[in-house]
Formats: sequence, structure tokens, C-alpha cells
Amino acid sequence: MEKSIAFEKDLNLEATELRLGLPGTKESEKQTQSTIKSNKRVLPDMSEECGSKDNSNVSHVKKCDQEVAPPAKAQVVGWPPVRSYRKNCFQAKKMEAETTGMYVKVSMDGAPYLRKIDLKVYKGYPELLKALEDMFKFSVGKYSEREGYNGSEFVPTYEDKDGDWMLVGDVPWDMFISSCKRMRIMKGSEARGLGCAV
Amino acid sequence: MNLKRKNPNPDPSSPDSDESTQLSSPFPDEVLERVLSLLNSRKDRNSVSLVCKDWYDAERWSRTHVFIGNCYSVSPEILTRRFPNIRSVTLKGKPRFSDFDLVPPKWGACVHSWLLVFATKYHFLEALRLKRMTVSDESLKFLALSFPNFKALSLLSCDGFSTDGLASITTHCKNLTELDIQENDIDDKSGKWLSCFPENFMSLEVLNFANLNSDVNFEALERLVSWCKSLKVLKVNENITLEQLQRLLVLAPHLREVGTGSLLQELTPRQHSELKSAFSNCKNLNILSGFTEVTSIFLPVLYPACTNLTFLNLSYAVLQSDELSNLLIHCPLLQRLWVLDSVEDEGLEAVGSNCPLLEELRVFPASDPHEDEIVHGVTEIGFLAVSYGCKKLHYVLYFCRRMTNAAVTTIVQNCPDFTHFRLCIMNPRQPDYQTGEPMDEAFGAVVKTCTKLRRLAVSGLLTDLTFEYIGKYAKNLETLSVAFAGSSDWGMECVLKGCPKLRKLEIRDCPFGNAALLSSFRKYESMRSLWMSGCKVTMNGCRLLAQEMPRLNVEVIKECGNDDCQADKLYVYRSVAGPRKDAPPFVLTL
Repeated sequence: MEKSIAFEKDLNLEATELRLGLPGTKESEKQTQSTIKSNKRVLPDMSEECGSKDNSNVSHVKKCDQEVAPPAKAQVVGWPPVRSYRKNCFQAKKMEAETTGMYVKVSMDGAPYLRKIDLKVYKGYPELLKALEDMFKFSVGKYSEREGYNGSEFVPTYEDKDGDWMLVGDVPWDMFISSCKRMRIMKGSEARGLGCAV
Repeated sequence: MNLKRKNPNPDPSSPDSDESTQLSSPFPDEVLERVLSLLNSRKDRNSVSLVCKDWYDAERWSRTHVFIGNCYSVSPEILTRRFPNIRSVTLKGKPRFSDFDLVPPKWGACVHSWLLVFATKYHFLEALRLKRMTVSDESLKFLALSFPNFKALSLLSCDGFSTDGLASITTHCKNLTELDIQENDIDDKSGKWLSCFPENFMSLEVLNFANLNSDVNFEALERLVSWCKSLKVLKVNENITLEQLQRLLVLAPHLREVGTGSLLQELTPRQHSELKSAFSNCKNLNILSGFTEVTSIFLPVLYPACTNLTFLNLSYAVLQSDELSNLLIHCPLLQRLWVLDSVEDEGLEAVGSNCPLLEELRVFPASDPHEDEIVHGVTEIGFLAVSYGCKKLHYVLYFCRRMTNAAVTTIVQNCPDFTHFRLCIMNPRQPDYQTGEPMDEAFGAVVKTCTKLRRLAVSGLLTDLTFEYIGKYAKNLETLSVAFAGSSDWGMECVLKGCPKLRKLEIRDCPFGNAALLSSFRKYESMRSLWMSGCKVTMNGCRLLAQEMPRLNVEVIKECGNDDCQADKLYVYRSVAGPRKDAPPFVLTL
């Protein structure tokens, strides 16, 4: 039992230090220096990201902790063992995605001013809706294909390329982010009109 | 054109040259050679050559294809002396860990010295397949001009050349049937090479330029595809649009393998249905790849083409679980699947449900776990789901963020026929996330249950017990990859003493030192190679090994600024060619 606690400690605290041999030996320190060769960019501040994502799941929180603690991880050369060609492909795409961004205006009925969010930051609907809920301090109800959002007077909608107002969540995520021009969180009776099955 | 043997006199280079011990063969030599020429497996041919002198000679004259797993294990002179009639050569160069930037640039494995010898001895060379070799534009030009019958060039994970070199090939190789450029570090100057094919060029069967990013002239490509009626494999690059792809498919509906370009385009309904129809007309389509930047609108276009798919390579496509699931419903015959972990466990559940014939699964990480925001990836749940549904699974490469001993034990009970089990838990030294224990029992279960196991990659928190298990049970193991594992020299000793068929052992960042290295030094002569980096071997240990085993090349790659006693990167391999003559200054041959 003690062993397992020790190992867990290894992960969170001593993982900041890159270890190649048994802990405590001089050699490992020297080897540490030889493998620290970083041509990756510095890790962004992880704690902010942790806060905004859905942390209700315990394992996510655990991952959060692991991710926040060790910047040294980024310095292990050649790990995980993915061919440089493959890594570079994704690196290039990520850079591209990062520089463009996909900002859309978000309005909420009754709110005094609009907000802007970058759709590319989110991986899917759950994260987007959570972010909107946090931003405007409301909750969105449960989505079903048949009935739209049930259980709340707020309904998230968006204007697509054709100028139509659509319910958020009907189309696949990729299609949504490429066709969404702006968003509006509808409230009250107007919302219920959209929420019903057509 | 066949060079015939002149007489049965013993060849000075063959083992037994004493005539009196030659038994007269019941077959005339020509019959023996004809029979042996039907043998393709190199293992069979190697066995045949050991039977007796006659058979050795007959085999060496009838061999037309040779595979060299380590370009430094033999010299081109020795090769050409033994095998005079070679038409096709496969050469592998750098140690595999060079794929992960562990080998400094300009390490070696240049193909040029081989080409120089081949130009005189193998004038009728037809095929050259290179992996992890350094190839220059000069070499490519020399190749293009020196071999009038040259047909097939395949370059995988090579470096040192540019698209100018490719232009030499397309300009001069009049009989080219195959040009396969994969995952190379290439200086991509322009797409002009494609336009260098001669006007009435008709012989191409395989064209893969997915690796290259510059624009090619689409008209030239269209002309090529329409003229080359035997084209079976076409893998285009990202710049080819969906509309262009559609036109190519209409010209070549007989294609067996298609690699798409970028799929991030909006299609009008007409374009959508035209593309769908083009795909569904490809009745011979077995293999699909590409899919860089895919959107879910595109995927349904593929559904009719998926009926006969045996291999689907989605490893560059960031797909969600439902997108994969919807696609797999249409792929009942799938045998090999490569995906990104963006599909998550749910996506893998769909694999288990829809692909009963699956034999190979590779799950790659969609992003660098160290750099990104929290990405969920796959866990033991996905792997388990696949093992329940895909009983024929025998090859797996699985990058995951967590794993348990119990899950792996169940997985191999479900699929006991694994030949290749490569598990990468991406956090180094991560234990069983449920019990906190090392992952020893997981790999113990793998080697105990999977008696046919030939390749194993281990990860997670591992003690020497894992290696005890491997040494005791993995009797068919040929390749073992180890990283951040083990507790002492004993671990490595167990493997060296226990695995009789071990050929390749690659180790990084483990606490194995001189005692382990020297425990079974004779073993290395029965292996292709040993790699050890970030371990505890010293220069003295390596020197001792070099002294004991003069027929091994013991090389240390020195990185500057380090303790002179430590052997940072050790590469040991057997060779009949002696020490390297082309070693750069940072490679010390001991």
C-alpha cells in the first residue's frame, strides 16, 4: 500500500524533475541535462484552462492536476514515440488553427451587452454550452433531438450562413463551427417556439 | 535476362570449396534453380542455402530480391559477390529510434555507395525500397540514369533529398511503375517533378505523393491518370481539391488504393452527389487513406465505397466518435484500421461493434499530451471494447492515457493470437490507475497468453518482474521496445537470457548498466541490433564488449557537454563488413 502512495507522489511532485535513473543518484541529474532539449513552445498557463472546462468528473480533475504540475514533461525528447513526420503534421495544423480563430458574437435576451467567443477553443457542444452558461450565468436544460432543450427558459440559437436562426446542437460540431455566424440565447416564449419539434 | 551459371566449380566465396565432399545432386542444376526460384520467403531461402554447397549455389544464383535490415551489416561488395542476379533491393538504415529524434542528423546510412556498386553489378536493377536512409538528389539522379530497367522506387522515412531529385526520376525512368514517397524529411521545392513524366508515359501503377505539400500541375496529373491504365494506387497530396479528386476517380475507377487530399471544402449538392457516385464506381477499392482536415459532411460520400474496404487509414483525421461510428457501419470487411484518439473510447466501442474481421488496430495520439489543453483520448475502456468485438485482432499499436492490469489481462484472454502488442501509456512510469501498482502483471499476461507474440512494446511503471516474465514466456519474441522501465540490471539480463528469437532490442531511459550489457554478450551476434540510450552503461563497459566480440560493431554516439565516461547512446550490431568507414566524428566505434 505504501508503495502505491509513493508512486503517486512520484507522479505529482517529483515528475517535475526529469528522472532517468533511480532517484537520488548523481548520474541521473547529469543525464537529465543531456536530454533536456526543447524545441517546443513553452506550456501556456494551465490553471486557467482547468477552471473553464467541465470539472465535475473526478478523472478530469486528476488529469488537470497532472497537466498543471510538470512543464518538464514537454522536454522529454522523442516521447511519446510518434514519428516526427506525424508530429509535424499536427504542429503545422495547430499553428494554423491558432492564428485564425473563429470569433462570433453572442447575445442574450435581456443582457445589456454582447460577448464574443472563439469557437475554435471548444472541442464540442458540451464545452461550448458550459462556457456560455458560465459567461451569462444561466443554465440551458437538456438537449434532445426530438424536443430541443427541455427544462429551461433559455435556448441557445445561432444564425447560419443562409441567414436562418437554428437551434444549437442539431448538426455535427464541425458543420456548426463552419456555418455559425453569430449566436443568440433566446429567452421566454420566443424560445419555446423554436424548442418544439417542427 | 538471366545470367546462367557456367559450371559447377566451387565459388571461392562459398563456404565449402573442397570438391571431394560434394555429393552429386539428384537434380540437374537448372532444375534445382528453377524450383528454388519459386521460393519467395527469405527465411526459406536462408534455410535452403545452409543445406549443402550445391543448394547454396543454386539459391544464390536464383535469388532476385534481397532484404537488408541493417545497411551496415554487410557491404555492397559482399552482397553483389554472393547474389549476382538481384533485381530488387530493400535497404534499411538508421536505428528505429531516429524516428523520434534520438539520432543526430548526418549519422550516416547513405545510399550512394550502394548505388555506385549496383550500377556495375546490378545493371538490370528494377526496384529499390529504402527505409530510414539518407538519399541525396545526386543519388536520385545517378539512380535514374544508371539503371535502364528501373521500375519501382519507394522511400519511407528517408531524408536528404528534394523534389529536384524526384524530377530526375520522373524524367529519366521510362519504365517507372512505382513512385512511393512516404513520410520523408524532404525539401519540398515545387511540384514540377510531376510534370516531368514524358508525354506518352503509360506504365505507372503506384503513385503516392501524399507527403509532398507543393502544388502539382493538375492537368499533368489528369493526363497521367488517364494514360496509365494499370494504375492501382493513387495517393494525392493536400492541395488536390475534392472536385479534382472526383475527376481523377472518374478516370480511374479501377483503383485499389486511394489517398484523398484535403477534405475541408464546401460542396454544392451536385458536387456532393458526383463525388459520391465517383467513389461508388470504384468497385476495386480496398484501401483508403489521407483525410487530412476532414469534415463530417464529407464522410457520407464515402459510404458506398466502403463495402470492400480492408484497410482504412484515418490517422490524420481528427474525427469524433459519432463520425467514426457512422462510417464504420459501412465497413463490414475491415481488417486494418488506423485512427486518432480523438474518437475516444466511444469510437472504439463502435469498432468493436462493426468490425468483426478486424486484425490490426492502431490508435495514434491526436495531439501532444504535454502541450495541449486536456484532451480525453482513449483509455482501457476502448481497448476492452475492441477486444470483445474483434476476436481476430493480432496487431495493436495503442497510445493511451491510462491503463490497468486487469484490462490488459482480459484483453489478451479475448484475443490470444496477438503477434504484435505495442502499448504506449503516454505518461512515463505511470502505474495502474486503479490500483496504483506497476503494470507488470499486464505484460505478464500478454506474454503468458500470447504464445505467438513476435513484437512487444512496453510502457507504464514497470519493475524487473515484467522482464522476468518476458524472458520466461516470450519464446517467439523478435522485437522488444522498452522505455522508462525496469529497476535494475537483472531486468535486461532476464530478457537477454530468456528470449531465444530476439533480433532487435531497443531501450531508452532505463536503469540498465554494464552488468546487464555484458551479461550475455554472445547473444548480440544472433541479433540484428541493440540500442541503449539514456541508460547507465559507461564507455568502459562498451569497450569491454567491443573487445570480447570483434565481429560486432559497438558504436557510441557522443553528445557534447557530457561526462566522458557515460555512453549516452549505444548502438551495437553484428556485421560482416567490419567497422564503418563513413562514421561522422560524433560516432565512436569502439
